[in-house]
Amino acid sequence: MITIAVSKGRIYEEALPLLEEAGIKPVDDPKTSRKLILQTTREDVQLVIIRATDVPTFVEYGAADMGIAGKDVLLEHGAESLYEPLDLKIATCRLMTAMHKDAPEIKRRVRVATKYVKTAKNYFAQHGIQADIIKLYGSMELAPLVGLADCIVDLVDTGNTLKANNLEPRELIMNISSRLVVNKASMKMKHQAIQTLIDQFEKTLSQR
Amino acid sequence: MQQKKSWLLPEGIEEVLPEDAKRLENLRSDILSVFKRWGYQLVITPFIDFLDSLLTGSGHDLDLQTFKLTDQLSGEMLGIRADMTPQVARIDAHNLKHAWPTRLCYTGTVLHTVGDALEKSRSPMQIGAELYGHNGLESDLEIIQLMLEMLAISGIQHVHIDLGHVGIYRALCRQAELSKMQETSLFDILQRKAKSELQVFVQELVIDEQLKQFLLVLPELNGGRETLIRARDVLSKADETVNKSLQELTLLADRLAVEFPSLPISFDLAELRGYHYHTGIVFAAFVSSVGREIARGGRYDNIGAVFGRARPATGFSADLKVLSELNPSENKELAELIFAPAVNDSTLSEAVRNLRAAGRCVVQELPGQSGDYLAMGCTAVLEKNNKDWIVKALA
Repeated sequence: MITIAVSKGRIYEEALPLLEEAGIKPVDDPKTSRKLILQTTREDVQLVIIRATDVPTFVEYGAADMGIAGKDVLLEHGAESLYEPLDLKIATCRLMTAMHKDAPEIKRRVRVATKYVKTAKNYFAQHGIQADIIKLYGSMELAPLVGLADCIVDLVDTGNTLKANNLEPRELIMNISSRLVVNKASMKMKHQAIQTLIDQFEKTLSQR
Repeated sequence: MQQKKSWLLPEGIEEVLPEDAKRLENLRSDILSVFKRWGYQLVITPFIDFLDSLLTGSGHDLDLQTFKLTDQLSGEMLGIRADMTPQVARIDAHNLKHAWPTRLCYTGTVLHTVGDALEKSRSPMQIGAELYGHNGLESDLEIIQLMLEMLAISGIQHVHIDLGHVGIYRALCRQAELSKMQETSLFDILQRKAKSELQVFVQELVIDEQLKQFLLVLPELNGGRETLIRARDVLSKADETVNKSLQELTLLADRLAVEFPSLPISFDLAELRGYHYHTGIVFAAFVSSVGREIARGGRYDNIGAVFGRARPATGFSADLKVLSELNPSENKELAELIFAPAVNDSTLSEAVRNLRAAGRCVVQELPGQSGDYLAMGCTAVLEKNNKDWIVKALA
């Protein structure tokens, strides 16, 4: 049995066609079903749909053999203990810094609101800027408006939320897309089954 | 003010209670007696040591993992051992200086500043064996066999072995003449088998096109026996060291397959576990219930050079606590415990002495104590029958 952990929401929606190409289709719809483990049309594969930030944890501990998670989450989690064999090129967006549109450029010290604490700290350190990080769980855009922070680090897709709040994206930290991650022990002990799945995903991707 | 919770332990530090401690200690002595039967002599290394010798030949990781303090006597930096292997290597190179192969084993608590991502424990009980003074297939084989024996005696079944060879990666890196920073990035990418990132990385290198292909194929070279055939095929034009490494790996796999026909073996040529001090064949044991390896080791020739003598070396280690937890079913039957009542009688003292001398467990009641023999988990009581004290088993 192979268990695949998939991030809820957009990543799940965009991963469905990929999974389907490999013959994996959930029997129940997670939107209506209350089941936490979804059986699929393939007897040897089951899905767990969980919060994005939990995907690397599940896979790391071997609670799921494989997972689909955004690079942003993997960076923040620190994913040295996972294999990351495929860039699925889905749920793409950009991890960026954003500031009030009239704010001056950052010089020496900056207050940053973000949920990507580790990533932000590393990014600013690499650029020689001392950053005080404020961890928020949501509505990052609010922070500069109410004087909580000078700058935010967040995912930017269309940029509409930023614009509506008089903010503008500044520096690109990284292009983000979803990755296939694999538990290290599973990769070795269930190699045949997992490699077959990886090959199927890779084939589908190359045809896109 | 917050009440101080004096019972609370530091994160990742645990105490082992009687039941588990008994199991752990039994396992420890079982494993050490296996090592002894294989001719491995026990050594006890210091818990605290000069930082320089603790970190010999190791990478940045071990440096971060080591608790440090200053020696008030000498002003030198001391470290609490986070890995006993360098200490054992020093014993071989500096103290024993044997001209023949030396076989040493060791066990003890080590401390880590950061818990393992999975185990969370910061105080594993390391147990391991090292074989110095032989460079060749036979010593690698012996060490792997001993590791399997250790897992078997721990009652762990369905073990899976993963083999690699860091010589391949080392040779390719040397050929590509990577800078320190480039090598760190490559190492990180390969650890994650992140193929798309590897493509970007290799693209930017100014190296021979063929060498690029060799690097690019590394994360794909894992799986069953077919991996070796594929590797020999795609890496056939690589450096001679690469081919020699592959040959070593193939020979070892052949021998293991003969010795352990039902043992599942997989290969991973991008596996760089403990890369910083390993030089040749590396191996790890997996079981399906744990998301990481439960024992690992490999060849690390010449680590002794800093201590005065370079010697070929290979060995393995594991966390005794992890091994013990993997087989908790063992020894459920109650051990005998005899209850001696609190009476002032010299014949009783003698009976107790005799029983204990015969290796039986006797617990003495204390006058006015609370709780009876049942509460204390006794399985028998001493009763006076005429003049003799006899052991009466409890139903």
